Amino acid sequence: MSERTIKVDYLARVEGEGSLHVRIHDRTVEEVELRIFEPPRFFEAFLRGRDYAEAPDITARICGICPVAYQMSSCHAIERALGIRVDGTLRDLRRLLYCGEWIESHALHIYLLHAPDFLGYPDAIRLAKDHPDAVKRGLALKKTGNAIMRVLGGREIHPINVRVGGFYRCPSREEVDDLRADVEKALLLAEETVRFVAEFTFPAVEEDYEFVALRHPDEYPLNEGRIESSVGLSIDPAEFDGTFEEVHVAHSNALHSVRKGAGSYLVGPMARYALNHDRLTPRAAKVAREVGLEPVVRNPFRSVLVRAVETVFACEEALRIMDRYRMPERSWVEPPPIDHPTHGAAATEAPRGLLYHAYDLDPQGHIASARIVAPTSQNQKRIEDDVRHLVGRSLDLETPDLTFACERAIRNHDPCISCATHFLTLDLVRE
Amino acid sequence: MAPPHHPKLGVFKFASCDGCQLTLLDCEDDLLAVTDRVEIADFREASSWVLQGPYDLSLVEGSVTTPSDLERVAEIRSQSKVLVTIGACATAGGIQALRNFGDVDEFRRVVYAHPEFIKTLATSTPIRDHVPVDFELRGCPIDKGQLIEVISAYLGGRSPNVPTESVCIECKRRGQVCVVVAHGTPCLGPVTQSGCGAICPGFHRGCYGCFGPQDTPNTISMVRKLSELGMDPPAVTRIFRTFNAMAPAFRAAGDAAEKERAR
Repeated sequence: MSERTIKVDYLARVEGEGSLHVRIHDRTVEEVELRIFEPPRFFEAFLRGRDYAEAPDITARICGICPVAYQMSSCHAIERALGIRVDGTLRDLRRLLYCGEWIESHALHIYLLHAPDFLGYPDAIRLAKDHPDAVKRGLALKKTGNAIMRVLGGREIHPINVRVGGFYRCPSREEVDDLRADVEKALLLAEETVRFVAEFTFPAVEEDYEFVALRHPDEYPLNEGRIESSVGLSIDPAEFDGTFEEVHVAHSNALHSVRKGAGSYLVGPMARYALNHDRLTPRAAKVAREVGLEPVVRNPFRSVLVRAVETVFACEEALRIMDRYRMPERSWVEPPPIDHPTHGAAATEAPRGLLYHAYDLDPQGHIASARIVAPTSQNQKRIEDDVRHLVGRSLDLETPDLTFACERAIRNHDPCISCATHFLTLDLVRE
Repeated sequence: MAPPHHPKLGVFKFASCDGCQLTLLDCEDDLLAVTDRVEIADFREASSWVLQGPYDLSLVEGSVTTPSDLERVAEIRSQSKVLVTIGACATAGGIQALRNFGDVDEFRRVVYAHPEFIKTLATSTPIRDHVPVDFELRGCPIDKGQLIEVISAYLGGRSPNVPTESVCIECKRRGQVCVVVAHGTPCLGPVTQSGCGAICPGFHRGCYGCFGPQDTPNTISMVRKLSELGMDPPAVTRIFRTFNAMAPAFRAAGDAAEKERAR
């Protein structure tokens, strides 16, 4: 009986802090634990007693990589509690802001965090020494995503212009027009990105995922839709709590989500694309076909290709919104006064997947309770399954190679540990 | 003191949202220029290549919230020639310092089914409460331009030029209309340090203090003005107890408004 212990203290190129523990006994994978040691910050506890109007600014601080997602999910949940709907141009502007975050976040992951795995570098800075044009393309794309967020949100990290009901100030037509040339260029760069990543070598792997994402009657989903799954689930976001549950496991500061009566599931780009590829914008659909992207991607290593296609979508969608933009008369929908306890829940599509928020408000408009389920906590269990299968197939690999393969399997899903804590040292035990 | 030819840079994280270290990657136009001048020795969010200390310049994000943080912050200090804290978490405990005003055991029970699994300190505290800090860069998040200035100043062997004046000065310099005077909108601009570009007034909303107190804040007068503008005492307490709740001047102002409520 062979026994081996492998330990890496901290998984790199993911957002936040975590480790992986794998125990192998007699060529059987006994245990896989994704350990999130990112310290808890207790957002759901200190949100209690805050005015609902403070929720978008406070929840943004859960994650510096996807603050807009937190702002959007909190606004939609609270607007449902207040019984207001944000339509028309204000809704378009929210989608435009979200496109900015998708472009920024996807470019960050594709070029700075994920590409080094495929091309054999420890990071994008060293990658840039041999492939300067690729890294510069990624930085230019990222910069355009950030530029959209600056015009709509005031700044790229923790935008200041989002409020319940809409925006503090809508941009002028000129401010939006000034973005146009950069976004047109970004669309070309995003298409080049799809062709660039399509040349990567992908390990031949297929996983049997249950995909969960929003689905909207006529859009690729960002802010709204029903929560659907690849096995036929279709629910209103308000029914999330009855359908999914969070389980607290000893090894993690994040809560694991499972679908009740089923088990682990996957949210994020692969899930969105599997359920919504028919809703892609024309150039995104065309470039996906050109590189032979299958309609349902089950190889997690190919998630990078899906992220690239979604970046094309986000640029096209941004241009579509910018083209028809006229500055609205009012920057926000005035919420009605509230005089009774109320509850609202909503989900939007963060770059990393479905982000659910639910709030109970008291008659003074203060938050009585808050519940936030981040994409990475939903994916945590499913990522463990990916690692378990990978280790099972790769038992003959030397320890350093197996360790690197596990890290790659985790990075495929772009986990955001900061979000999930409510990340990664590799601790591999072979017995 | 002139820095070494190719100084080793460390970027370290404590409790935080990762936004301040992301700001370094957000320096798109300057990122490769910066990385030509320094060696990235330890920056886990961006690289799997980790070089052992000591580090010439360390950027530290996040606040101290766990027992193991206490040991790690001391270790990072001992390995760092120059240590700069970046952002409101590292300089004032961050939003997670709201636990300091509550009961952390109760917080643990609210969020987690098994509170006993969670190891945490009762408080969230800034880095300088534990180790000497060479420079503190403010903001939630920090400003990209100011971060480049801090790194450039280090490479040039000079002090960073980071003003400690109020947001009002920056707002006037941008030629913006004062939201307090024109619209009666409550605004923390007079007591908050500049650096953000006075963006909130530029979007017709009041400053909410994410860069923490300026060097000579008159918070007593600010508390009075906020009440005159229609904020009730709990709301005044809340606005000071947000992203820089443990910064001494904001803490005192939040406490003063709370006493007002008790009266």
